[in-house]
Parts: sequence; structure tokens; C-alpha cells
Amino acid sequence: MEMFVLSFTIFILALFVGVELINKVPPTLHTPLMSGTNAISGVVIVGAIISAGSTDLSPSVAGALGFVAVTLASINIVAGFLVTDRMLNMFKRKG
Amino acid sequence: MFALINFSYLAAAICFILGIKGMTKPSTAVRGNQLAAVGMLIAVIAALLHKEIINYATIIAGMLLGAAIGVWLAKRTAMTQMPELVASLNGVGGAASVTVATSTWLHALATDNLGTTGWTVAILVSIVIGAVTLSGSLVAVLKLHGSIGDSGRNRAWQLIALLALIAVVGGSAQFATGTGAQPLALAALVGLCLILGVGLVQPIGGADMPVVVALLNAYSGLAGAATGFVLDNQGLIITGSLVGASGLILTAVMCKAMNRSLPNVLFGGAFGQSGSGAKAQDEGDFYAGKVKYATADELALLLDSARKVVMVPGYGLAVAQAQHAVKELASQLESRGASVSYAIHPVAGRMPGHMNVLLAEAEIPYDQLKDMDAINPELPQADVVIVLGANDVVNPAAAEEPSSPIYGMPILNVHKAKTVVVVKRSLSPGFAGIPNSLFIKDNSLMLKGDAKDVLQATTRAIKDL
Repeated sequence: MEMFVLSFTIFILALFVGVELINKVPPTLHTPLMSGTNAISGVVIVGAIISAGSTDLSPSVAGALGFVAVTLASINIVAGFLVTDRMLNMFKRKG
Repeated sequence: MFALINFSYLAAAICFILGIKGMTKPSTAVRGNQLAAVGMLIAVIAALLHKEIINYATIIAGMLLGAAIGVWLAKRTAMTQMPELVASLNGVGGAASVTVATSTWLHALATDNLGTTGWTVAILVSIVIGAVTLSGSLVAVLKLHGSIGDSGRNRAWQLIALLALIAVVGGSAQFATGTGAQPLALAALVGLCLILGVGLVQPIGGADMPVVVALLNAYSGLAGAATGFVLDNQGLIITGSLVGASGLILTAVMCKAMNRSLPNVLFGGAFGQSGSGAKAQDEGDFYAGKVKYATADELALLLDSARKVVMVPGYGLAVAQAQHAVKELASQLESRGASVSYAIHPVAGRMPGHMNVLLAEAEIPYDQLKDMDAINPELPQADVVIVLGANDVVNPAAAEEPSSPIYGMPILNVHKAKTVVVVKRSLSPGFAGIPNSLFIKDNSLMLKGDAKDVLQATTRAIKDL
């Protein structure tokens, strides 16, 4: 229970940090912000890695789902960061 | 080792925060994004160090497959398709949360190691939000893509959503108390949540998809935060709430720009649903004899003497693939000593900030892109404003006619400029389905035609002057 209270406190504080931070992002960069946060939300790969790796090689539903989870999270991370980079480089160059 | 791993997650979260901070300026944004990617690398390495991990083959296979798909997606997506890509990635993120939560629960069940009620609730929250995000995003992608239109049976879909919601709440309560905690029950719950997601998004009009995409972006983050609660991983919680906050702010920005509340967008249905037959009749009367037409040559003459020119791009511009044609005309005007800027309404594209990306792709410098609050005070000084494929966002009725359905919506005050030239294929109304009183103002000229053709013809005419 103490763990939950602690986690919840962190959750709420991080929301405030998020609001303060994101409010400073100019509308010009809102699309790259969205694809960038797409990539960042791929951090669930941490949970996916633990699920996929903690079952041994004998086939199980939990292991298969872990594999699917790693794949999905990797898609988010790789596609998100690459496409954000592609967009931001367009903003970097001056016409 | 435990402490090291957890400090690594903290380091990753700090990288994400500093990365987003970098995104507050175009000049530092590329570095910010790279820093966030470094944070992700740290998080992945830390995860691989967990002592529970005994099997690396599955992980590496999944990473390689996912990375290959990711590279392919990132390379092939055109900038006009960015809303579809972001919506898809929201869905993928939701699906990842569902699979992580389900897999974790099944593993705990198999090893007879189920956690407390709080833990089960966290599992359920990540499954519910994740699955709703998945199926909702799928519908949003199809609507953005135009594969499915707006169904007339909004009430039916809302009823389905309501029934599914009741079933999800009831099923989750059963599950959390432990009486119904069977793998089959969990699968049924996932199915119900998927139906709920479809039922929630299907009744929302295609024009409102930018709001939905921003909201689903928030959901995918919150689903990730819930996964953090499942795994007692504070790094994940911080990251999830950052993404959640980002999505929520963008949702609020879009709602404000459309002058509508979030519940109205989600449950109200679009405002242009009344019979269009009678309306077309009114429009004939509305515009009859009051619209002044111009040609590209006349526009060129007008621009030749203009010192300050403002372009107002709408989505019609992107559809006509006319970004480069705008840039060409702008360069021509600048070489003649005029200043050119671009007025961008928050809903100009199909997602927040979309128009800016499309113009940046055409190598238009970002410091010429002005948002609504920055450009409105400058518009009265503009000699010529060229409206390209925008409609509702420049309708003065929003500011002047309290009876108008869009009254109160923030608009670009282009009607205050010395001359407004509207480039448009026809007089047809925009998403709001109402006639535009800008077109009949004394200082407004209409130039009928495809944005790209008109712009190219104007550029040629100016060169010949």
C-alpha cells in the first residue's frame, strides 16, 4: 500500500511537470511533439522485456504476449523517434 | 543491482523531460529528440539487466521485428499522412500496454504469484485504457484516411458504447474481487474494451478527428503510466504521465480553437448535420451578386505594390500539393522587397501543428510561420492577405454574428486587412456547413480555381510585370 501511495504521488507530480513543460512548446512544433511523445510512450518496452524474458523458451501464452509486446513497443520507439527527427530537421534548416 | 536499475530508469525519465524541454524551441528540438532517444536506450539496457530475465532470444527477435517495421513506417510516411501515423502509433502504444498487462497477469497466475487488489486494479486500468486506445485509434485512422465515413447511426453507436462501458465496469469489478479472475474472463474483458473504443470514436465526425487523435495520445500515455503501477516502476509512471499531460494539453488547445467543449466534441456530434438542401438555396441568395471575382493577373498587380503580404494556408492547400507553389510566389515577392508571413490557425491542418510541418517541408523558414495570437494584431497592417483553401477559420461571422453556429470561435481576422484575396475552387461551405460572410466583404476578392494553378499563374504574371 505504501508503494502505491508513493507511486501515485510521483504520478501526480509528474503530471504537473508535464503540464508546465508542454505548455511552453510552441504550436509550430505540436506535430513533432505528438510523434515524439509516441516514441517516449514506447517505454512500456521495459515491462514488455520483463514479460518476454522471464518465461523460459517452452511456449506459453504469457511468453507469446511478451514477444508481441516487445515488437509493438519497438515499433513505437523506432518509428516515433525517426519520424520526429525527420520532421524536426525540416524546421532546423533556414530557408 | 536493484538500485542501479532503478536509478537508470530515473536517468531515462530525466532524459525524456530534458528532451521535451528541447522541443520548446525549433533550434534545440533535434537535440531534444536525440536526448529522449538516449533516455530510451538507457531504459532498455536497464530492463535487460533485471534478474528475472532468463531468455534473451524472444526479446531480441521482437526488437528486430519491431525496429524493422518502425523504420519502414518512418521512411515511407508522407508528411500529409502524419495524422494517420500518429494515430496508428497511439493504437500500437495502447496495444503494447494491453499485452504487457495481460502477459504479466498470466505469468503471475501461472506462478501462483497474483498481487494485491491494488495491483489487479492497475492491471485492469492498463488493459481498459490500452484496449480502448487501440480500437479507438483504428477507427480514427480509418476516418482520417477516408476509408469509413460518418455513419448516420450515431445514437446506436453511443448506445453500444454505453452498454459496453457498463459491461466493462461490471466485469472489472468482478475481476478485481477475485471471483471471476480467469484467463477467459480477461480475454472477454479485452474484447468488451475493444468494442467500447469503437463505440466511442465511431459517432465522432471526421472533422473532429484532430481532437480525438490528441486525446488518444493522452490515453496511450496514461495506459503506460498504469503499466508502471503494475510493475512498480516509477520511471514508467513519470514517462506515462508526461505523455498523458502532453495529449491532454493538445486536446484542450484544439477544443479551444474550435470553440467547443470536449464533451461536445465527444458526444455532441458535429454541428453541420441538418438538411443541406434548404441551405444550398440560402447560399445562392447569400452570395448573389455580392462576390467580386478577380484573375491571377489582377492579383499579380495587387501584389506588385504590396509591402506586407500574409498567406493563410488551410488544408485545401495541402490537398492541392501547393506548398511549393506558395514558397515560389513568396520568394518572388521577397525579392521585390515585400515581407511575407504565414498565418496559421490551430485547426488549419488535420492534427495540432500539422500545417507548420507541411510548410516546413516546402522549406519555408519557421520564423515566418505565425500562430493566431501573434498574427491577428498585425493583420490590419497587411496590404494583401491570400486565403488558400481555408474557410471557417476566416469567417468573420464567428466574431460578428451572435446567431451564427460558429459564433465565438477564435478566427484569423483577415477581413481587417486592406485587401483579402480568397483562392478557392467554389463557394461551397467548410466543415461548419455555413456560408462565409468574408466572401461578400467590400475588401475581399474571390479567385476561383485550384490553389496550385492560381499560385503558379500569379508567380508567372509577377515575373512578366
